Amino acid sequence: MNAEVHPIKTAAETALAQSFAAVKRALPGAGAVGALREDAFRRFEAEGLPHRRVEEWKYTDLRALMREAKPLADVPDAAAKARAKDVLATLPAIEARRVVFVDGALVLELSDLAGLEAGLTIRSMAQALAAGDGDLLAHLGRIVPTDDVAVVLNTAFMGDGAVIRVARGAALAQPIHLVFVNAGGEPAAVFARSLVVIEKGARAMLVESHVGATASEDQVNTVLELKVGDEAHVDHIKITGDGAGALHVSTLMAAIGAHARFNEFLFTTGGAVVRNQAFVRFDGEGTIAGIRGASLLKGRQHADTTLVADHAVADCTSREVFKSVLDEEGRSVFQGKIIVQRNAQKTDAKMATHALLLSETAEADNKPELEIFADDVQCGHGATSGALDEDLLFYLKARGIPAKEAQALLIQAFVGEAVEGIEHAGLRDALMDHVVAWLEARG
Amino acid sequence: MHLLEVKNLRVEVDGKKILNGLELSVSRGSVHALMGPNGSGKSTLAHVLAGKDDYVVTQGEVLLDGEDILALPPEERAAKGLFLAFQYPFEIPGVATMTFLRTALNAQRKKRGEDELSTPEFLKRVRAVAGKLGIEQEMLRRGVNVGFSGGEKKRNEILQMALLQPRLCVLDETDSGLDIDALKVVADGVNGLRSPERAFVVITHYQRLLNYIVPDVVHVLSRGRIVKTGDKQLALDLEATGYAQYQEEMA
Repeated sequence: MNAEVHPIKTAAETALAQSFAAVKRALPGAGAVGALREDAFRRFEAEGLPHRRVEEWKYTDLRALMREAKPLADVPDAAAKARAKDVLATLPAIEARRVVFVDGALVLELSDLAGLEAGLTIRSMAQALAAGDGDLLAHLGRIVPTDDVAVVLNTAFMGDGAVIRVARGAALAQPIHLVFVNAGGEPAAVFARSLVVIEKGARAMLVESHVGATASEDQVNTVLELKVGDEAHVDHIKITGDGAGALHVSTLMAAIGAHARFNEFLFTTGGAVVRNQAFVRFDGEGTIAGIRGASLLKGRQHADTTLVADHAVADCTSREVFKSVLDEEGRSVFQGKIIVQRNAQKTDAKMATHALLLSETAEADNKPELEIFADDVQCGHGATSGALDEDLLFYLKARGIPAKEAQALLIQAFVGEAVEGIEHAGLRDALMDHVVAWLEARG
Repeated sequence: MHLLEVKNLRVEVDGKKILNGLELSVSRGSVHALMGPNGSGKSTLAHVLAGKDDYVVTQGEVLLDGEDILALPPEERAAKGLFLAFQYPFEIPGVATMTFLRTALNAQRKKRGEDELSTPEFLKRVRAVAGKLGIEQEMLRRGVNVGFSGGEKKRNEILQMALLQPRLCVLDETDSGLDIDALKVVADGVNGLRSPERAFVVITHYQRLLNYIVPDVVHVLSRGRIVKTGDKQLALDLEATGYAQYQEEMA
């Protein structure tokens, strides 16, 4: 991290400081939680917003991109809930248990929390913080500790989110769908924080959707801490579909136990500036993980995927596959780091990133990094970027398929290669429908 | 009126003249074989007919049913009934063969103002032609040509041809890379499509294919133009004498 002192604060930094002073007593949780917030904010103030000279944020200069800090979102009123309902109607029909947050706050009447399966508990993060819940504090910020500035800022301001536990051996029959809707009339800031603990041998699938009602310039900072127990099987699919003006910064911090299966998928079509961070640490041997994603960007959208896969123990397999489709002036950034610790022998990790550029002005930046300290490992990365294959387009057109349709088929196939990694057929279909809709909107 | 008329066709690639005033007339119901040495312009003609855009037509006309198709994009030529069986069919990972066939068939039907085929009717047609060509259902679920052998790719081209029912079929060295059994399957597929309304231009380097797809007319192409036209005997003569004499004539 960069310890450089900022003599002059940016307008956004000043606004954040004023906002913290004004709201900290009203934020959920006193005592230990309050101390956590104070400590986090001090660390944020020391660092300031990250900029291009901070290596981890080189391609996403938050200091320049975040011109101002929006006020914290209000508790949703009836009108906001009604607007949220309209947005919910546009979500893909996934058979799932919905937990809905409007402008960052859990809304029970839009959620489906009745009749929870045995072994499943779902609580409001705001309530758990307010109660100073000991179990929560034992995990909060501790699953994969980080000094990352987005997480630090989230800890200072964290509001609501989901606290989920799936008990040992429980297998959830249907996915849990966390839906974060920004429905407010005025642009606002939301700091969502969720904690999910999946105990030994449990099976769970978590879908997380972020959607915005309008093109409003919301600022979303969302953090999910996830603990996957030994022999558990967990899928997490995050769909970033915020409004066209939104700044969305998201962090996943996941620790995976032994002999587990973990599949992560990051799907991004929304937002003006998106930063998806995933810090995944392997804590137990014999685990197989897939960390995948796809971004479809147009206009002047910017989406940054920053991944750290930390093989801390031996004998784990990970596959990282990221695809981006870039039209107009869309820009994708991929920073992927695989760490293989000294004891992590027999690690098998392969990372691939592919960018498809549909215009002359699109841009893809790729920064793969391998840090390998063990000597008996298989580890590699590959990156490509290019346009659609003219020969394949001609082949399709020569069979009577019009140019736009031919392009769409090839783009779907390109994205499909990453989406295939999702085990749930309904979700695969839902995401591919999303891709088709994106292509149709492209005209 | 001929189904296909090529008039004084001159084509360049990267400034190099490949076709130099080619003339060709093909009537309905006929099979024309186009033979010639490597580099004589056979494949260029096939690609120009299909509408590939790396080729610059500097002069001439290509008439399908009397209509000049040179200004049309490839997909519109296909919808008008022109089909090119590729010498090297491409692999398209992630696009299932069934999706590809269905998209192509329905796009052509739509362009012609016909209704899209229902799923059962489409499947019935695909199964019927696949069966004749010995193409397994499993192969149709795979990505287009992905993991197919050379022979399977050629059979897949014929499958597309049989399904799309074009009026003018251009076969670009369909025999290349085929063993004799695969060659027979492909030839049977082509012969099964022969009809009074449909014509074939069979491009080949070797006479062998023409034992199985018997042509009505044989042309010899050299340096971008047709230098000799005859019946099937011409192909047999060529097998004996080679192409050297035609190349010298041009020199």
